[in-house]
Amino acid sequence: MLLSRMVPTGFNDLRREMDRLFQDWMPGDGNFFRPSVFPAVNVWESGDTLYAEAEIPGVTMEDIEVSVVGDELSIKGTRKPMPEGDYTFHRQERGTGEFCRFVTLPMPVNAEKVEAVLKDGVLSITLPKAEEAKPKKINVRTS
Amino acid sequence: MTTATAVEKREGKVRPEPTRGGRIYSPNVDILENREELLLLADVPGARPEDINIQYENGELTIHARVDSRTEVGEAQFLACEYGVGDFHRSFQLGESIDNSKIHAKVKDGVLTVHLPKTEAVKPRKIAVKTA
Repeated sequence: MLLSRMVPTGFNDLRREMDRLFQDWMPGDGNFFRPSVFPAVNVWESGDTLYAEAEIPGVTMEDIEVSVVGDELSIKGTRKPMPEGDYTFHRQERGTGEFCRFVTLPMPVNAEKVEAVLKDGVLSITLPKAEEAKPKKINVRTS
Repeated sequence: MTTATAVEKREGKVRPEPTRGGRIYSPNVDILENREELLLLADVPGARPEDINIQYENGELTIHARVDSRTEVGEAQFLACEYGVGDFHRSFQLGESIDNSKIHAKVKDGVLTVHLPKTEAVKPRKIAVKTA
C-alpha cells in the first residue's frame, strides 16, 4: 500500500511509537494514523483558476496519466519498484505499484485548457474554471 | 543486521534546530543493503539538488531538504488540504563501517538516493580454497 505523510515531525515520533504498539494485533499494516490514499492532493482556488497539486516522488512523466471529465479529476500512475541488485531491505516505507485517485472538483472546469506539470516529484495541475462557473458581474443601471 | 538495529534506535530522536519558520516533515525512506554498500532512498518531493544537505558525522547521517511553499500567500483559498509543504529532515545512526569519502548522492523526480559504501574492513570476503 502506498502511504503518504500528513503530519509534522514531532507527531511522527509519537505516531511511530503508536504504530509499533498496535502493529502486532492490528489487521493490515497497523498504520491507522496514516491516510490510506495515495497520492494526497491539495486543491486551492485563486481567481478564475483552480489548482491541484500532488506529491508523487519517483514517478516519471511516462508513468502518469491525468484526465478531467466534467468536474472530476483523475490521477493514475505507477511507481516503479526498487532498483536492481542483490539488496536486502532494512526498512521499507516507500510504497510501489499502481495508484489511482479521483477528485471531485467544486465546479466545472475548462477541460481543454487544463495543464499539468511534473517537476521534482510534484505534480501541479492548473484547471481554469469553466465560463459558466466564473463569477459574473452584473451591471446595475439606473432606470 | 547490526546496522538495522542501530538505525531503529536513534531514528527520529535527533531534533533539528530550526533557523526558519514552517513545518518540518520526516521523509519516508527505504534502507537497503548489499555486500558493497548501504543504499538509502528518501521521498523528498519538491526539493531541488541545491536545496539538499547531507551530512555524515560520527556515524550519523543527516538529511535536510529545504522545500519552499509552492502556493502564493494571500490569493489562494484552499478547498482541500491533505498534506503540508515544508522541509524534510531525518537522521540515521549508521555505525562506523561506512567509507565516508565515498558517499555519493543524487536526486531525481523527488527521490533522494544516497549510496553509502562500506569500508573494506567490513565487506564480506570470499576466500578461495586451493588444492594443495
